[in-house]
Amino acid sequence: MQKIYPAIPVLKEDEGKIIEISYKPEAKYLLSAGQAISRFLNELKNGRIIGRKCYGCNRILVPPRIYCEICFKATDEWIYIRDIGKVVTAVVSYITVDARKAEKHEVVGIIEFIDAPGQGIFHRINVNPENVINRKIFGVTVRAVWKNINERKGDINDILYFEPIEEIK
Amino acid sequence: MKTNINIKNRVAIIGAGMTLFRRKLKETPQEITFGAVKMALESAGLESKDIEAVVIGSAPDAFDGIHEKGEHLADGALSYLKPTKRVFVGGATGVMAAISGWWHVASGLYDLVLVVAEEKMSNARPHPQAVFLHIWDPILEKPLNPNLIWIFAMEMHRYMYKYNIKKEDIALVTVKNKRNALDHPAARDAANVTVEDVLNSEVLVWPVQRLDISSVTDGAAAIVLASEKIARKFTDSPVWIEGVGWTLDSTHWTCRELAYPLYLEYAGNMAYKIAGISNPRKQLDFAEVYDPFNYKELHHMEGLKLADKGKAPELTREGVTQRDGDLPICPSGGLLGVGNPIAAAGLMKVCELFWQLRYEAGKRQVRIKNGYALAQAWGDLMQVSTVIIAKGG
Repeated sequence: MQKIYPAIPVLKEDEGKIIEISYKPEAKYLLSAGQAISRFLNELKNGRIIGRKCYGCNRILVPPRIYCEICFKATDEWIYIRDIGKVVTAVVSYITVDARKAEKHEVVGIIEFIDAPGQGIFHRINVNPENVINRKIFGVTVRAVWKNINERKGDINDILYFEPIEEIK
Repeated sequence: MKTNINIKNRVAIIGAGMTLFRRKLKETPQEITFGAVKMALESAGLESKDIEAVVIGSAPDAFDGIHEKGEHLADGALSYLKPTKRVFVGGATGVMAAISGWWHVASGLYDLVLVVAEEKMSNARPHPQAVFLHIWDPILEKPLNPNLIWIFAMEMHRYMYKYNIKKEDIALVTVKNKRNALDHPAARDAANVTVEDVLNSEVLVWPVQRLDISSVTDGAAAIVLASEKIARKFTDSPVWIEGVGWTLDSTHWTCRELAYPLYLEYAGNMAYKIAGISNPRKQLDFAEVYDPFNYKELHHMEGLKLADKGKAPELTREGVTQRDGDLPICPSGGLLGVGNPIAAAGLMKVCELFWQLRYEAGKRQVRIKNGYALAQAWGDLMQVSTVIIAKGG
């Protein structure tokens, strides 16, 4: 049986001829940072990274959570960790938020904290893209580079980026 | 994992339909939905009054710019005064909608249920990427101005690093799926491209290049489900849903091993157990695994145990996953070839199971030996997978 697939494609020559209504919704929000992330952001202002330890699985959760999603119980203790980690993955972006060509490339990736195994955050990495493309950046130890203390706002951007503290081989 | 394998009612797919998949369709979301539903009803030989309940699948409301897309689509989805629900689990929605329709019938609640999934991504201007931004964590991630592709590029690169996989091998998935789609009359991105074309395409977010990704698409797909009690009244060749599975992982994607989709292994295990499949690699005749990016096909084959960890590229290189290979993957052309209207793309894969298992896939037809096939989708923050196993005859 021959199938007939419905719908009418809009072709290039139809652009401007079909009826379309422009619409731009405006929505604004004020988001609660909550118990755990509020403390985390406040500590960023002090140039420190803090996590929550779960006595159930012995993990240090970073970013901190007031509950452990595995043990499903309240976490137990605040713990400061060093701002040092290893690069788990990294990429080089050449596009903007809305998929246009960016003026400048940017390297971002996931950093797994040395003091909190299995836990990481996503951030910018200050490294030559060449070392991302050849994958030499994977596993390299990096450290947070912070904004000047008077410019910090309690925001993830209080960390400017992470930067290698060992030679990339 | 405890899964009850004693399901009350066996469920059959008795009809399927889909619209053309295109960058931009002239129709509204409701009109697109109507087209796919009509085709599915006609293929099942049903009238609109026969349908007892409806499941609608659609991805983020923000694509269409209309909140509560479920109610918005209702009239075009045959929902008028019928029990109706909308399903949404990100990219995994299309298969989840089919699973949801399945339990409507498996539970004994209804005998005839319509499942329809729709997406009109062309409404978002200039590109739905700006809408995708809102899936990121607004406090810790969005201030870094991420692009949606970043997250997939990070996963792809981790996968390549962990198993030492070459881009050349990943590119073969694009080559295969776009070529398979040449035989799909509704396809948007059918083409003969080479590995070189993929490797020379624009670099978006290294390692992701233009031809590594499926395209923004408008379209809808629909299926009709029936209980065993009445399925044969409408067709001599029902396609049975023998297994379903779904699993959600933690939202903290930066705290996971991205090289392997553990949640998919769980979802697959659930579906295999219900279907009584112990060796999927041997027992499945083909699989429509989710391929919004070329590396995802490989990643998902491994999560579904259709390949050992890090070995899916090898099977691809050896031709095993070609339509005439030992285990065809995405004979439809997949999202890379047919197009990716999010929810509709997942349900299109279930339509392909229906057509293939009834020998109605035309030039795309694969060889059916055991009669089993699988469709899978994936979504949210790289954390959910949905699986359906179907059997012909």
